[in-house]
Amino acid sequence: MNKLANKTYTYYFLLPAGIVYFVFFLLPTIMSLFFSMTWWTLTDWKFIGFENFVTFLTEPSLNIGFKNTLIYAVVTSGLKVIIGLLLGVFLSSKLKTVGFIRSMVFFPTLLSTIAVGIAFTMMMHPSQGIINIVLSGLGIVGPDWLGDTKIALLSVALVDVWKGIGMATVIFIAGIMSIPEDYYEALMMDGGNAWHKFKSIILPLSRPAMNTVIILSFIGGLRSFDLIWTMTKGGPGFSTDLIASIIYKQYQAGFFGLSTAGNVILFILVSALAFPLYAYLNKKEVDL
Amino acid sequence: MAKRKKIVSLLLSSALMAGVLAGCTSKEETSSGGSKSGVTEKITFLIDNQTQLDGIEAIIDEFEKKNNIKVEIETRPGGAEGDNIIKTRLATGDMTDLVWNNSGSQLQALNPEQNFVDLSKEPFMENIMEDYKDAVSANGKVFGVPGTPTNAGGWLYNKKVYEELGLTVPKTWDELMANNEKIKQAGKTAVIGTFKDTWTSQVIVLADNYNVLEENPTFAEDFTANKAKISTTPAALRSFEKLEEVFKKGYMNKEFLATGYDAGLKMLADGEGAHYPMITFALANLATTFPDKMQDIGIFGQPSDSAEKNGLTVWMPAGIFINKNSEHIDAAKKFLEFYVSQEGVTIYSSKIPPTGPFAIKGVELPDDVYPAVKDMIQYFDSGNNAPALEFLSPVKGPSLEQITTQVGSGISSAKEGAELYDKDVEKQAKQLGLEGW
Repeated sequence: MNKLANKTYTYYFLLPAGIVYFVFFLLPTIMSLFFSMTWWTLTDWKFIGFENFVTFLTEPSLNIGFKNTLIYAVVTSGLKVIIGLLLGVFLSSKLKTVGFIRSMVFFPTLLSTIAVGIAFTMMMHPSQGIINIVLSGLGIVGPDWLGDTKIALLSVALVDVWKGIGMATVIFIAGIMSIPEDYYEALMMDGGNAWHKFKSIILPLSRPAMNTVIILSFIGGLRSFDLIWTMTKGGPGFSTDLIASIIYKQYQAGFFGLSTAGNVILFILVSALAFPLYAYLNKKEVDL
Repeated sequence: MAKRKKIVSLLLSSALMAGVLAGCTSKEETSSGGSKSGVTEKITFLIDNQTQLDGIEAIIDEFEKKNNIKVEIETRPGGAEGDNIIKTRLATGDMTDLVWNNSGSQLQALNPEQNFVDLSKEPFMENIMEDYKDAVSANGKVFGVPGTPTNAGGWLYNKKVYEELGLTVPKTWDELMANNEKIKQAGKTAVIGTFKDTWTSQVIVLADNYNVLEENPTFAEDFTANKAKISTTPAALRSFEKLEEVFKKGYMNKEFLATGYDAGLKMLADGEGAHYPMITFALANLATTFPDKMQDIGIFGQPSDSAEKNGLTVWMPAGIFINKNSEHIDAAKKFLEFYVSQEGVTIYSSKIPPTGPFAIKGVELPDDVYPAVKDMIQYFDSGNNAPALEFLSPVKGPSLEQITTQVGSGISSAKEGAELYDKDVEKQAKQLGLEGW
């Protein structure tokens, strides 16, 4: 068998895929590692060692950026897991309108992030936005969602959750649906109630789905950019800056080497957080 | 279990692919009309989509009638996104023949010597004002002609509100603050803040440059050479303090963080707000949206602390530059010559009433210009004006608008803001590779 395989397939078959992978993934990665250590104007470059990294790490707004990025990633992935799980349990039941509600929940995922950002920015206007108009109808004075530096980041995170919840729910539904009926039957024999069903069957056995949601939304949160950029542009001032938005502003200013260094740092940060998290979550997975 | 893992990883990778695929650009295809003569030369012209094209298009129409040259406009987004498009297209050799770009520090960022044609020997450059040439020069070479009339940064004000409340144009900062107090007491917005469009938050700081230079005539050179810092130069720090004071006294509209530029213009035109610290290109926008209110709008320069010193900070207009790699340099030069001739200016003014004097010598303005432009011309005639700092120095930190938003909304003090800006400037100067940093 081994011999036959060696005869039939040569390594040349790897070439097309290999070239694509090299040109579009490996080469840019190597190039960005190189250019992150240069002073670069797109046409001209000069090697300057680790100076860009020093400049990037001493950026005054970077402290806020690191903190905000972590808060944003934890809040969005946490809420997506909790709400997504509850919706997933609810929507894997045998309700009649379940298909309709599923598509309702999934719908925001299909929208363009930019459109969502613009729409919510208008709805969150302190006096003319529909959210505060409704709140004031209920006798509540709504906050300045995006202008108040204390809550602006959370406001954007909530919109992110609203938009991303559909994907999380679908993954949970897939996970829950693939739990074999036998477990529920066994539970019924033992006289368990709905709570036991959730706690002892659904929760542990939808673990792979949960891990997928956690990893995807956590990484997504760490490198999130589009929503914050449409809604606040990192403002007011620097108060909702994320690492990605700091990098983008440096790129806009024409500091290409510096922003490439920022991207390398972001890459290291995401890997440093995501790989241990992934390993930890995988260890806790149980077999069916 | 193995199967389950496969499904999960399939889901994972498809989600990642979706992320990769997000990011498409669209390019507007412009169809080229088949030239009958066969010898018609075609030059292309890249302009941002914020600029009003009526005047430019009228000049092009006339130019095409007189010459066997066709000029085709391509548009690009404005702001920093547009800057990136210009940089990328220059770097990849995919640039149009003519390029519309800001003068001053934003031209220096494009490495003009490498990318644009030197025009200093051209006869039509003799009529361009010296101040303007300075703003489009590098190493003694001049690269552009002014594309619009000159702008100024100052305090646009509603003359009707001033009349109603019996106010006079302030000669000092204290008088301005006293006016603001009276306007606030009368229940109107004293100072219109539109920080949703963050760039508008910079105007009070930038428009103070006339006053800074009156106190420290060599500030621009010292600043460029890293010999003077904003936070340690009292006159420059004062610009940030003025912004801080406007916030602290509560003179701005309550929702200034959620209000945008267009809403600000409306407030000024309606007299809901009395002052709007702004650059005069806003007059063109006002004239389009509120043509019947133009008689109510005036402007004064940001006052200093002394009644003797009263001047206006001038914004040099955007320029038109010729791509060095163009194959139609002579045709492009011909177009620029026509653009800055009296005929060109007359055609331009017939479409867009001038929002300020032209940076071209010997060109006359029509008599029926807006009152605000008449206010501006007084400062030009008396010589009481100075260019904004970004036209005197290539150094301009990219984060100024975030920093002025912080100072203007009380997140940080004037001193903290100035220190933050000094750091920002240092970063930019190092990236530009300037001497002394």
